[in-house]
Amino acid sequence: MQHIVSVLVENKFGALSRISGLFSGRGFNIESLSVGPTLDPEISTMTIVTEGDDRIIEQIIKQLNKLVDVIKVVDLTEQEYVERETALIKINTRSEDRAEALRIVDIFRAKVIDSTPNTYTIETTGDVKRINAIINLLRPLGIKNIIRTGRIAIARGEGRSASVRDLPERRSVSR
Amino acid sequence: MKMTGSQILVECLKKEGVKTLFAYPGGVNLPIFDVLYGQKDLDVVLCRHEQGGGHMAEGYARVTGKAGVVLVTSGPGATNTVTAIADAAMDSTPMIILTGQVPTQMIGNDAFQEADMVGITRPCTKYNILVKDVNDLAQAVKEAFYIATSGRPGPVLIDLPKDVVLAKAAFNYPESVYIRSYSPNRKGNKWQVKQAVQEILKAKKPIIYAGGGVLASDASKELKDLAEAAHIPVTNTLMGLGGFPGTHPLFLGMLGMHGMYWANMAIHNSDLIIAVGARFDDRVTGRVKDFAPNARIIHIDIDPTSIHKVITADVPIVGEAKTILGDLLHYLSTMGNGDSGKYAAWHEQIEAWKKEQPLLYEQNDETIKPQYVIEKIYEATRGDAIIATDVGQHQMWAAQYYKFNHPRTFLTSGGLGTMGYGLPAAIGAQMAAPEKVVFAIVGDGGVVMNIQELTTAVQYKLPVKIAIINNRYLGMVRQWQQLFYDKRYSSSFIGDQPDFVKLAEAFGAVGLSAAKPEEVEGVLQEALSTDRPVVMDFRVDEEENCYPMVPAGAAINEMVFRDPVGPRPAAEIQKAKKAGGILTA
Repeated sequence: MQHIVSVLVENKFGALSRISGLFSGRGFNIESLSVGPTLDPEISTMTIVTEGDDRIIEQIIKQLNKLVDVIKVVDLTEQEYVERETALIKINTRSEDRAEALRIVDIFRAKVIDSTPNTYTIETTGDVKRINAIINLLRPLGIKNIIRTGRIAIARGEGRSASVRDLPERRSVSR
Repeated sequence: MKMTGSQILVECLKKEGVKTLFAYPGGVNLPIFDVLYGQKDLDVVLCRHEQGGGHMAEGYARVTGKAGVVLVTSGPGATNTVTAIADAAMDSTPMIILTGQVPTQMIGNDAFQEADMVGITRPCTKYNILVKDVNDLAQAVKEAFYIATSGRPGPVLIDLPKDVVLAKAAFNYPESVYIRSYSPNRKGNKWQVKQAVQEILKAKKPIIYAGGGVLASDASKELKDLAEAAHIPVTNTLMGLGGFPGTHPLFLGMLGMHGMYWANMAIHNSDLIIAVGARFDDRVTGRVKDFAPNARIIHIDIDPTSIHKVITADVPIVGEAKTILGDLLHYLSTMGNGDSGKYAAWHEQIEAWKKEQPLLYEQNDETIKPQYVIEKIYEATRGDAIIATDVGQHQMWAAQYYKFNHPRTFLTSGGLGTMGYGLPAAIGAQMAAPEKVVFAIVGDGGVVMNIQELTTAVQYKLPVKIAIINNRYLGMVRQWQQLFYDKRYSSSFIGDQPDFVKLAEAFGAVGLSAAKPEEVEGVLQEALSTDRPVVMDFRVDEEENCYPMVPAGAAINEMVFRDPVGPRPAAEIQKAKKAGGILTA
C-alpha cells in the first residue's frame, strides 16, 4: 500500500542524500520525494511517497528516525490528510487544437501560464487522479513535456503533522 | 587565545580522554601530526596500512568500551579505512575516524588525493561530517564522540580540510551536548517490562538469547543475575560471547549456523525467547519462517530498527540492556518469581540434547586437529586471554572451544565477516590492555591480508601471540565446496604460502611452528614465555570441517554433524544448489 510520509530534517548539506541513500541502500521504493523550507530556516520538510507492506513501512519510518539529522517522522496515511501535486504540462498547439486545449484547461480549472506560436504551457494543481485525468485528455493534442512536483500533503485540522512548532532548540550547549 | 584547527583537534581529543591514536600521516594531515609531535598524553600508533589502523581502533574500542580513534590522510589513506568503518558499523563498535581532506576551495576539483569521504562512507557510518569552518570544529568533535558512543554505538567520520586545520579560532570545548534530532531512548517502557515479566512467569521453556548489546551496555552482571534468579538457560550470539560466563552451568554456548546443537534445539523448541542486545541475524535464525515456531518473543534492543525487522516481537522493549535487565529482575522478584524448580523438565530436556550430539572431534597421533589447538590455547591461558580472530573455520572453532568467562575478551568480525581483522584488532587490544595476554587466532588466508601490521607490533613491543591455524586452504570456502560444489576446490587452495617462521623473523618477531600434536603445548608455552610478538604456525589437518552446521537455507534445528560418507550423487548436489545449498547428512 502507498504511504505518504512527512519528514522534518535539519537543513544541512548531505541530509537529502542521507535519506535517498537510505531508500536505495535498503531497497525501499520512492514514488516521489519533495523538499521545501519550513517556517524555521534551519529545518526542511520532505514529503516522501513510498510503497510497502506494514513491516516495510515500519522499517522505513524507524530507519528514517534513526538518521541523526532527522527530527520527526509522521506517516500521514494513518490519519486524515489532504494532498496536492502541481504539474507543468507543455503541449503542441496547432491552430485547430487551441480551442480544445483551452476547453480542457477550463474544465479542470487549470491555467495557461506561457504561450508560444506552437506551444501552451499549462499549470494544474490537484490530487494525483485529477492530474492524471488532465494529462490523459491533453495527450491526443501532443504533449511535449511534463514536470510534476511530486505529492505534498498535510494532516487535516488538529491532526499530527511534522510541524516545526514546539520543537526544542537545535542544540543546547553548556560551556 | 586563538589556536589552530590542529591544536583545537588535539585538545578536543584530550578532553574526550583519548589516550591512543591509530594513525598514518600524509599530505593534508601534516599540520595535525605536527601538533602530535612530542605530545606526552597521547600515544600515536603508526599502523602500516590504514585498514589495519581501523581494525586496531576497533580492537581498542571493544576492549575498553571507549571510542577507538583513527587519524588518516585524504584520498587513499581515507578510502583504506572504509572496510574497518563498515565492520564497526555492522558490529556496533564506537569509532572516530579523522580523515584529512584537500583544502575547501579545492573540494570537488578532482584534486590530488581527493576522495569524497562523506559521500563514500554515508551508508556505513552512524554519522559523518565535513567541517568547513574552524569555528565549528570543537562542536563537531564533541558531537561525534557523543553520537559514536551513545545509543547503538557506531563509527563517526569527521572530514578535515587542510585549510580548516590550519586556520585559527578561539578554543571552547562544550561541556555537554544535546542534539534535538538524536536522543536514544535508554530506559525501557515500564509497562512493557511488566508485560515481559508476565511472559516469563507463564513460560515453561524459556531461553535467554543474548548478543553484543549486553557487552556494549556493560550488562553482563545484570544478565547473570537475571538468569540465575529466574533459572533460565542462556545462549550467546557470536558477538555476545563473554557477556555470560562460558563455564556457567546455565550457559548453552553459542547458537546459530555453527552453534551448539542443544542451543539450537533449545531455541527452536522454546516457548519464550528473551532476546537481549541481539538482532536475529540470518546466521542465527536459519530459515526464518521455521524459526522457533512456538515461542513468544521478548525483544530488548537499544535500536528500534532491530525490532520487528526479521522476527515479530510479542513484547518489544526499546532501551539499554543494562537498565532493562535490571528492571526485569526487580519486577520479577516483586511480581512473584517463586519456584526455581519450575523449569526442571526443560533443563532435563536440554541435558538430554547435550548428550545426544556433544561437540566433538577426534585427535590422533599424526595430524593436529584445529580444535585441539584452540583447546590448548584455552588451557594455556586458563581462559583469561583476550582472543581476536579473523573469519572462517578457525573463528567458529574459537567460538566453540574457547570458554569466554569475561566480557570484552572476544574480538571478532561478526557482521561484516572481515578477513584480516584479527591481527590488527589484537594489536589494538594489547594497546588497551598491556597487562593481558592477547591472542590472534587466525587462518592462513586472513593473516596475510594485514600481515604488514606485524611491523607495528614489533615497533611498539606489543607481545601479541598470533596463532595461525594453517590448513593450506581457505578452509570455510573449501568446506562449502566439498559439501555443496562436489569437491571442486576452485581457488581455495593456498598452499603456496610463505614460510611463516621465517616471515615472523624477517619482521623481527618470534616464529614458531608445530606439525605434530605433541608439539602444540610446547609451542604455546614458548610463545607465552616471551614478551615479544610471536607467530605460531600450526600445521593442522587440511580437510577438517567445522561442525555442527546448519546449511544455508535450512532451519536452525536441521543440523549436520559430520562429513557425508561416500560420494554424493550428482542429482542430489544439483538439487541442493537449487535449494540454496541444503544438503543433509
